[in-house]
Amino acid sequence: MEGIGLTHFLVVGLVVFALGLYTVLTRRNAIGILMGIELILNAANINYVAFGRYAGVAADGQVFAIFVIMLAAAEAVIGLAVVLGIYQNFESIDVEATDALRY
Amino acid sequence: MEITEVGYLRWIPLLPLVGAAVNGVAGAVIQRRLGKRAISVLAVTPVLLAFALSVQTFLDLRALAPEQRFLLDRVMPWLHVGTLVADIAFWVDPLACVMLLVVTGVGGLIHVYSTGYMHEDASYWRFFAFLNLFTFAMLTLVLGDSLLLMFVGWEGVGLCSYALIGFWWREHVNTTAGNKAFIVNRIGDFGFLLGILLLFWSTDAAGHGSVVFRELQEHASVLAGQTLWGVPVVVLVTLLLFVGATGKSAQIPLYVWLPDAMQGPTPVSALIHAATMVTAGVYMIARLHFLYALAPATLAVVAGIGAATALLAATIGLVQNDIKRVLAYSTVSQLGYMFVAMGVGAWSAGIFHLMTHAFFKACLFLGAGSVIHGLGGEQDMRRMGGLRTRMPVTFWTFLVATLAIAGAPLTAGFFSKDEILWKAFSSPHGSALLWLVGVAVAGLTACYMFRQLFLTFFGESRADHEVLHHAHESPPSMAVPLVLLAAGSLLAGFVGLPQALGGANRFEAWLAPVFAHGHAAVAHAASHGPHEVELELTLMAVAIGVAITGFLVAFVLYQRRSVPVAALADVLGGIPYRVLLNKYYVDELYQAVFVRGTLLLSRLGAWIDATIIDGVVDGSARLTALAARLNRLFDDYVVDALVNFCANRTYDVGLRLRRVQTGGINAYLYVIVGTVAFVLIARLM
Amino acid sequence: MDLVLTWMTFVPLAGAAVILCLPSRAQALIKTTALLFTFPPLLMAVWLFQDFDRTSTAFQYVTRVPWIPSYNILYFVGVDGISIAMVLLTALLCPLCILASWGIDRGVKGYFALFLLLDTGMTGVFVALDFFLFYIFWEVMLLPMYFLIGVWGGPRREYAAIKFFLYTLAGSVLMLIAMLVLYFASTPHTFDMVELMRQSGSYGTSPVLWGLSMQHLLWLALFIGFAIKIPAFPFHTWLPDAHVEAPTAISVILAGILLKMGTYGLLRVNYGMLPVATADYAYWLLGALGTWNIVYGALCAMAQKDLKKLVAYSSISHMGYVMLGMAAFTTQGINGAVLQMFNHGTITAMLFLLVGVIYDRAHHRDIEGFGGLAGIMPVYTGVTALAFFAAMGLPGLSAFISEVLVLLGAWQPYPRLTVVAASAVILTAGYMLWTMQRMYLGQPNERYLGLPDISARELVTLVPLGAIVIVLGVYPHAVLDLINASLVNLNGLVAAGAQGALAQR
Repeated sequence: MEGIGLTHFLVVGLVVFALGLYTVLTRRNAIGILMGIELILNAANINYVAFGRYAGVAADGQVFAIFVIMLAAAEAVIGLAVVLGIYQNFESIDVEATDALRY
Repeated sequence: MEITEVGYLRWIPLLPLVGAAVNGVAGAVIQRRLGKRAISVLAVTPVLLAFALSVQTFLDLRALAPEQRFLLDRVMPWLHVGTLVADIAFWVDPLACVMLLVVTGVGGLIHVYSTGYMHEDASYWRFFAFLNLFTFAMLTLVLGDSLLLMFVGWEGVGLCSYALIGFWWREHVNTTAGNKAFIVNRIGDFGFLLGILLLFWSTDAAGHGSVVFRELQEHASVLAGQTLWGVPVVVLVTLLLFVGATGKSAQIPLYVWLPDAMQGPTPVSALIHAATMVTAGVYMIARLHFLYALAPATLAVVAGIGAATALLAATIGLVQNDIKRVLAYSTVSQLGYMFVAMGVGAWSAGIFHLMTHAFFKACLFLGAGSVIHGLGGEQDMRRMGGLRTRMPVTFWTFLVATLAIAGAPLTAGFFSKDEILWKAFSSPHGSALLWLVGVAVAGLTACYMFRQLFLTFFGESRADHEVLHHAHESPPSMAVPLVLLAAGSLLAGFVGLPQALGGANRFEAWLAPVFAHGHAAVAHAASHGPHEVELELTLMAVAIGVAITGFLVAFVLYQRRSVPVAALADVLGGIPYRVLLNKYYVDELYQAVFVRGTLLLSRLGAWIDATIIDGVVDGSARLTALAARLNRLFDDYVVDALVNFCANRTYDVGLRLRRVQTGGINAYLYVIVGTVAFVLIARLM
Repeated sequence: MDLVLTWMTFVPLAGAAVILCLPSRAQALIKTTALLFTFPPLLMAVWLFQDFDRTSTAFQYVTRVPWIPSYNILYFVGVDGISIAMVLLTALLCPLCILASWGIDRGVKGYFALFLLLDTGMTGVFVALDFFLFYIFWEVMLLPMYFLIGVWGGPRREYAAIKFFLYTLAGSVLMLIAMLVLYFASTPHTFDMVELMRQSGSYGTSPVLWGLSMQHLLWLALFIGFAIKIPAFPFHTWLPDAHVEAPTAISVILAGILLKMGTYGLLRVNYGMLPVATADYAYWLLGALGTWNIVYGALCAMAQKDLKKLVAYSSISHMGYVMLGMAAFTTQGINGAVLQMFNHGTITAMLFLLVGVIYDRAHHRDIEGFGGLAGIMPVYTGVTALAFFAAMGLPGLSAFISEVLVLLGAWQPYPRLTVVAASAVILTAGYMLWTMQRMYLGQPNERYLGLPDISARELVTLVPLGAIVIVLGVYPHAVLDLINASLVNLNGLVAAGAQGALAQR
């Protein structure tokens, strides 16, 4: 076996991204959508680290990854706060139920 | 010509004017406070004073040499526009002097008569105001030195005639008669006015434009050779002026007002419609004889119409039953004589007859008035009779006047009428036909006048018993003028005693200088050789004979009743009688054609105005309103529609577009992702 | 005294302003004030009458100051023979009309203020010598008339008022266009009428539009505007309605003065500034049309049942004489025409005042509805008889002189027209006497037995006019002397202008 190269990491990242995208687009559960967003963000993280290790200064990639994790955490907090608010108003976290702004 | 300027002529017309003004404005008050006597004095005095002044004028003229007998009184400038110069100025020559004496003399007597006749009338003051005003106008007509001033008097007498005919204005008949008189006169005035205009401009074309008589006489010759519309100007002018004369002097075709004018009080009929106003036409022709002498064609027309009118009126007078109507038609007929005289160039003969006619016609009318007054208002001769003994003064004066008008020898009427007949026969402008008609009319005149005399005064009275009981002779105020006029009817003729009978015909001599001009143009057989005299006497005899025949016819029919009139009426009567009684239906013809015609035209005019012209105006207003409404429709349904359409379509689009807002987050996410992917791919390409 | 014309024009306006400040309830005070403010113009008129130079053809009492310099508009007023008679007539009639309006009892303040404004407008039209100023005064007259008829008039007053207003305004618009054309055609651009007259030779006489030259087109435009006011057939139908519905005093003003503005305008503008066209159109549009007016007006008058409408049509008939006289270009003709303008002003004023007398008492004007008024109101009948006979042109009264002069003047150039025109004397006598008979003679109508005779106030309005009618019949030169010099001069101008154009052609 050759060594595990950049490509392998990118593919993993892609798969994770795709799964995350699919999750975001198809979940009806708001929290599921948030999970999907986490997956997407983490897929981006994988890319960052991989490119950091294989195509540039490793520290750059890892620093960005830490940024993203931090931002993801903050965004998750806010997202969950929004979901809580939605639950308080709509009695449900099904995103199909929040169609008050429908025409 | 040499003219003497005096300052008193103006008072002859002005004195009556003052009387008229005072009576007109304050008459009602004066009558109430001071009684009718005060009015009488106020009214009669000016006329008598005017008569005195007229006599003075006569004496002044006589003192001058015949060729210099002109008195002029310039009062004030009146109208000076361009080359037209007309002043308020009065002048007298022998002709005007004759007229003056007649108007003031006979007029004065009638004024006196009226104080008795109108005594019971409440509007006494108004009567005298207008009578005085009439005298003023008539004197202005006679004395005016220009055609324009004469025209002022001409229409002035028409006004007074209107006012006096319609004096008892509460009766519709009277006011209609007044209207008729004024309007028919106006038709004549229309012609008269045009004549003045043409005359002025024709003389002006030769540099001598004038309306003043003495200037016209001097420059009459400039009219020779001028024509208008193919007719000689002189003929046109004289014809147009003659139209005025036919109106004022009641000749064919404008005589119809005179019989109706009998609706007025009898003194009015006497003064205005017998002695003075109606003679104005004759006077006018005499005054302008120098023009008429230049227009033989017009002279023929004048004579022809005069003769025709005389005949027509005489035939109508034959069957009239109203005492005044007979006299009215008689007046028309006698005026016809005067115009025959004028038409053959016998100017002084015409004026002579004018003068004598004034006497006997006034006497006849006043006599008729006396009868009417005595019978308490009766005017129908069929209800008279037997008044000979009850009203002797009236009867005798009436008889004298009747003799005069019939042409009984030695009366005034005989001399004047005879002169006319002789001149009609012998003048170059005359003809045997004219003479024949004249003689026939003389016969008819005698007939109907004596018919009137017999019916009124002779025989058994046919009057109502009550009326007969009260029949009385008239008071002195009425009787004295009658006597004086009758005397005039007898004696006045002698001033015109013809040379054929050994007289000097002082009348003709007196007027000769006035007409010298005209006589030169109208070559007159001045010689009175034995043949001429014989002929004249023969014709005289024939005329007398015809008159006697007329008298006899009347005598037999109406006095002796030898032939019952009723039977005669049945034989000759029927249609001819009815035609005569109805005056040949001329009035009805005029009414149907002219009066109705004018009214129809006027209604047509008013209809055109209201329907057509105003229709256009209102129509344009309606069109504008319609246009405005169309405009609003356009605004509402076209312009506004477009605006609304845009709005609606925008709404529709919005309606469709908003479906994007599903409210569901998934859809939004899809959109976001899709857009990003699209952009990325696009950028990569 | 050089500002006399300005004073005469604007004193009534000041009066209007004063009246507007008075309380509405003080009716007597308002009426007296109005009357007082018409006296100064009257007194000045008397003074003018004796001071006017009768031999001069120039404009007198001139005031000429720049007003709106950027457009060369001047305040230019003056009188000559043509306008002096009209100014005097206006000054005479206004106090009389105020007296005649004494019976107005509602909206008194508005009525008299508007009337005084009207007075200013009328005097201004006659004295204005700047075309712009002339036009302003012309328009100033319209609005008060509209209200005076439309508010204080009879049953159909709104219709009559609007008809009068729009009709006259339409004419004014044409006048405005012509005025502007003249302004731009002049060098330098000016509204000064004297100057425009002087430059009359420069207005084009070669065909421009529809075969007519500019001068002819201008003349026609102005003619229509003035013809509406005369009123000439067929632009006359506003007159009967306006007269019938207007209150008495307004009818007097309308007939007495406003109608004269049409012919005055023709003389001042058309004759003075457009001589060639005047000479060309005189026969048909003034002579023949005037004759038609005379006869048609008389015929229509005969068919009327309303007394006021009859008098209105007789006005149309009488104004026809003015047109005919103007068309003749003879000294007698044009003198007769302007004298007729003055005479008709006084006579027709009398007629309308007399109609007012009976209408005030009986509240209708139906001729057939009266009868025998002579027995009920004798003094009134006497005055009416005077007025009727004056209207008929009875010699000895003023109208005879003017009618004779017109007919005499018109005979020389147009004998046939004169014959037709003269025939109207018969028609006029016909309808006047017929009316006299139906209304005043005959059996007194029981309905009106108690009517009071003419009052002192009414007599005061009529006596001055009657006196003038009588005096002018005997002494016409009182007016003729005023007007003769300028009119002869005007005739000469037209002749010279026409000749000049002929020479050019």
